[in-house]
Amino acid sequence: MDQEAEITREKRSAWLVRFGQPKIDPPVATAFACIVVVLAIGSIFSRNFLSIGYLLQQLQVASFLGVIAAGAMVVILAGHIDLSIPWTLTVGAMTATAVAANTPFGDAGGIVAAVLVGTIVGLVNGVGAAILRVPSMIFTLGVNAVLDGLVVLYTGGFAPRNAATRFMNRIAVGRSILDIPNAVFVWIGISLIVAFMLRRTPLGRYIYAIGNSEGSVYLSGVNTRLVLIGAFIISGIGNCLGGVLLAGYAGQAYQSMGDPYLLPAIAAVVLGGTDVLGGRGTYLGTVAGVLLITLLGSMLSVMQIAEAGRQIAYGAAIVVMLLAYGRSPQRRE
Amino acid sequence: MTVPDGTAGPIGRPVLWEAHGITKRYGGVVALENVDFACSAGTIHAIVGENGAGKSTLVKIMAGVVRPDAGEIWLEGRPATFTGPAAAAAAGMSCVFQELSLLPHLSVADNIFITNPPRRWGLINVTAQRREAESLLAKLGWPDINPRLKIRDLSLSRRQIVEIAKMMARRPKILILDEATSALAAEDVSKVFELLLRLRDEGMTIVYISHRLNEVDRLADLYSVFRNGHHVDTFAKGTRTHHQIVQLMIGRHVERLFPPRPGYVAGGPPGLQIRNLNWPPRLANISLAVGCGEIVGLGGLDGQGQRELLLGLFGVLRQLRGAVEIGGQPRRIGSPAQAKSSNNRMALIPEDRKTEGLVLSLPVFENISLSSLRDLTTGVWIDRKKEANRVDAIVRRLQIKVGNVGAPVGTLSGGNQQKVVLAKWLLTDPRVVLLNDPTRGIDIGTKQEIYQLLRNLADEGAAILFYSTDYDELIGCCDRVLILYEGRIARELTGSDITETNIVAASLNVHSPLPAAVAGE
Amino acid sequence: MTNVRLLLRYNQSLLLAILLFLGLYGTYVELQPRGYDAFIANSNVNQGFGIAMVSMAQTVPVLTGGLDLSVGAVMTMVDCLASVVLNGSPLQLAWGLFVCLAAGLGCGLVNGCIVVYGRIQPIIATLATGAIFMGFALVLRPSPGGTVSGALSNVLTYELGDALPAALHARLFNYIPMEFVLLILVVVVVWLPFRRSVIGRGCYAAGSSENAAYVSGVNVSASKLSAYAMAGLLSAIGGIFLGLQTQSGEANLVQSGLLTLNSIAAVVIGGTSLVGGVGGCVGSIFGAYILTTINAMLQVTNTILWVIPASPLIQPLFEGVVVLFAVSAGAARVFWVRNRLELLR
Repeated sequence: MDQEAEITREKRSAWLVRFGQPKIDPPVATAFACIVVVLAIGSIFSRNFLSIGYLLQQLQVASFLGVIAAGAMVVILAGHIDLSIPWTLTVGAMTATAVAANTPFGDAGGIVAAVLVGTIVGLVNGVGAAILRVPSMIFTLGVNAVLDGLVVLYTGGFAPRNAATRFMNRIAVGRSILDIPNAVFVWIGISLIVAFMLRRTPLGRYIYAIGNSEGSVYLSGVNTRLVLIGAFIISGIGNCLGGVLLAGYAGQAYQSMGDPYLLPAIAAVVLGGTDVLGGRGTYLGTVAGVLLITLLGSMLSVMQIAEAGRQIAYGAAIVVMLLAYGRSPQRRE
Repeated sequence: MTVPDGTAGPIGRPVLWEAHGITKRYGGVVALENVDFACSAGTIHAIVGENGAGKSTLVKIMAGVVRPDAGEIWLEGRPATFTGPAAAAAAGMSCVFQELSLLPHLSVADNIFITNPPRRWGLINVTAQRREAESLLAKLGWPDINPRLKIRDLSLSRRQIVEIAKMMARRPKILILDEATSALAAEDVSKVFELLLRLRDEGMTIVYISHRLNEVDRLADLYSVFRNGHHVDTFAKGTRTHHQIVQLMIGRHVERLFPPRPGYVAGGPPGLQIRNLNWPPRLANISLAVGCGEIVGLGGLDGQGQRELLLGLFGVLRQLRGAVEIGGQPRRIGSPAQAKSSNNRMALIPEDRKTEGLVLSLPVFENISLSSLRDLTTGVWIDRKKEANRVDAIVRRLQIKVGNVGAPVGTLSGGNQQKVVLAKWLLTDPRVVLLNDPTRGIDIGTKQEIYQLLRNLADEGAAILFYSTDYDELIGCCDRVLILYEGRIARELTGSDITETNIVAASLNVHSPLPAAVAGE
Repeated sequence: MTNVRLLLRYNQSLLLAILLFLGLYGTYVELQPRGYDAFIANSNVNQGFGIAMVSMAQTVPVLTGGLDLSVGAVMTMVDCLASVVLNGSPLQLAWGLFVCLAAGLGCGLVNGCIVVYGRIQPIIATLATGAIFMGFALVLRPSPGGTVSGALSNVLTYELGDALPAALHARLFNYIPMEFVLLILVVVVVWLPFRRSVIGRGCYAAGSSENAAYVSGVNVSASKLSAYAMAGLLSAIGGIFLGLQTQSGEANLVQSGLLTLNSIAAVVIGGTSLVGGVGGCVGSIFGAYILTTINAMLQVTNTILWVIPASPLIQPLFEGVVVLFAVSAGAARVFWVRNRLELLR
């Protein structure tokens, strides 16, 4: 009898080891369901909403948001939030285009420079949140303002000559394989890296654990400050790479390029089922959230609803999602 | 023991509050099971029982903080259901809890009249409030507490007094005190007792919960014993001996089995050596040594520096002065990560397993491997097969009762949760093991398994330092016991000197042996 | 300790903020190239009035231990609303004022309900509602425009002397900015009664220890709801005055974000703790004026710290750095907390 129980237990742990938790989170399932609904509504207003060409284009636009949302998700999982997305993105894009155009390092140098900038910004954010213990949403808002000021100073009030290089244009807009936009491959690459990191590396485990209970992780002998700084660095790099892609898409890096991306990025993460307090969420959910937000925006466009409507829609979507899945437990014991 | 409503209770007074069939469960744990209880006017009714007996749960139900899953409650002969603490307070139930309900940033006067302040034109009348607070405190016997002070500036003892004053301001019908005197200085305890006796004579109903039988003897007219969520017995003062009461609290006469102590023989450098550890105001010049293979216990009243000593050794405290040596080598330990490192190999089983030892929503196996993930990686990835094997092995070695190691650790019972914490640290192969009250709130069976585990660890050469609030544990497990008092080592006991009398005496910083009655024997 | 010393100790952050403000403003007056007069005083007060209002708005939710990231959006939305309804005859003006205040209060109540009854974290909830309110602002004013009553603006944005009929005139009143009077009015009529009410004190209690407050019988839900409602109302007052000062409405996303960020910085400078339980609106007003004075100083000097040349280009960076430092002020705690575990709670 004992042996049987033993064998069953071994089988079960072996299965868990191979497949992880078997079920899909309800919020992720809801997100995918909403995608279907949005596709349906969109197709009512526009004949080619469901055409392959249009959908591929949506995927392309989603890729830009996806790269940014990946980084945002990591920080939120760790129990913090990075609100410096708009200007980190812009600074990253401007650095890349400037380095690519004006130095002998060329395109590769530009991208390396962008990654470097993202690392530095992430480092600053991480120090503020993890070492100085300033609430991260406030600190990153402040860093955002400082970066804004830096860009104003750098551009000298003129529209900068930050044209994107051909390479950047190619990875953002070009299509190489099967007519699928290159940007999508960039998103897939980043997604694989982040998803693997979260599921299969110690860093990923620490991030989830810290998002739940930093005190316990600290007392377990983990250097929680370093992990948090790492999470912010990942976010910073994600933002800068997103900026490079956006610069490629728009043909140049320009001052207000980052502003429209803060809310959608956070919304994508939240709608994908990641708990805004940290510690819970899957990367698949974030992918679903990114697709949903992108399609939602396009749906509103074909319905001829102005920018104002988009803001209201995103905000309302976050609130509704949170009301459904993000509520704190009731006070009663 | 049921008392029909309206008629006189066991000592002839009218019943004020009674409950029948109260049951309350938290998840899978039964806190109260089919409990009947009644208290009468003009009596001090003591509730005694071990930790986890259900006393606090009953009190929370009385105070309206928690609703019972089943059962009925009557107040003054009429059925009563409270929707929350405010409703219970309005009905006349006043409760002084262990965790104080004071607001640290507000003043004494504000706290006392937090729900019903004197008003003028709809707004709080600050001067009248202050004056009323002053007169109330004076009437209760503490005229020297300044009502303008913020609570955070008061000592723990004073805060407890303010808490009592706050309850008195509501003119309660029933006053409940749950371990209310635990933080009080000696002279304040006497004053509180005088106050309670005076109130009883004036006709107030008082329910007094404590595990200190000697205190209860000074006050109570009626005793109720709870055990494992059941109301076991109620009797008048003087009708049972302490021995009988303790028997009722414990239940069947359980011989707590401790693994035999081989008797420590010193040899080689001590596993852990501390010289002049200082951390004002909590630690004052502590020096001690724990040999490899020795189990040293820390005793003493709560809050004498035991927690700070363990946290300090583990690298959590800043500005800690003094020298620490591990295995004969001087070491600087600046963080738990450093303490855990392969140079030091220290482990700490912390005080509160739910918020300090475990990540409750993560699976059992992730909690177990949390401290040793480095060893389980190949390159950057975690080797899941290796992890599963390690986890399975330690789960079996510690006999952790878990159906599926992928379930969140929060679903396990308290004893098994503590075993998970131990499993986590055992996987790091520690040389020095620190434990902060590891068996608090755990069932007897698991306790014994933990004792055996500690003895095995010691036999394998680890140096073990552990703080316990349980005298039996200190006597049964330790080769040596150090009693802390106000941050210094008041006394060191070895071998046959480790007795309850000596421990209690040293804890109270009394140098002559106490009479057996006070020591609770 | 004597009661006077106690009073000083418990209000030390506020006193520090007041001293800092006086010091800075005094320096600013000194730096004036063409001397100081009532006109400059008036424009100083007006420059900071909006931020002062939005900082007061931010203070109340912060006292309960939360945060309201939608205050800038509410203020912007009410500004746009004012550019639509705040025109015409005195009766229409009165109605317009009522509509604007009601709109702000309504936004605040929505926030409060989502946080209290929805039990959603305030930061993310108000981030989302802020977007919704900004959306409404864009619906009202897709592009900058509209008009706000010039007559009302004349009365409320100049000196007190200009506002009062000749009979009540006194020479002194020519030197007192009207918005200064209104500031004091808001504090006396709105803030002080709220602070002294049971619900207002409940906000402090909730921020100090929400558990203890609940167990003590404090109506935490009502207090938190009222905190966000107050934030909405005060933001609305700020929005009305933004409209009066600019005489138009503009749904400017960037400006809205800056207002929110500055409100947080002002709250911190003014001595209110971000974890709740300590502080007040008066401190936040001083915090707001400290920020605007620093920025105003930049416009009258040639160099920052005698080294960096001051130019309009460096202004946003300077403002950003000041704000970053201000909100990091709470980091001081890291240096004197001696048990690292406490920092992680």
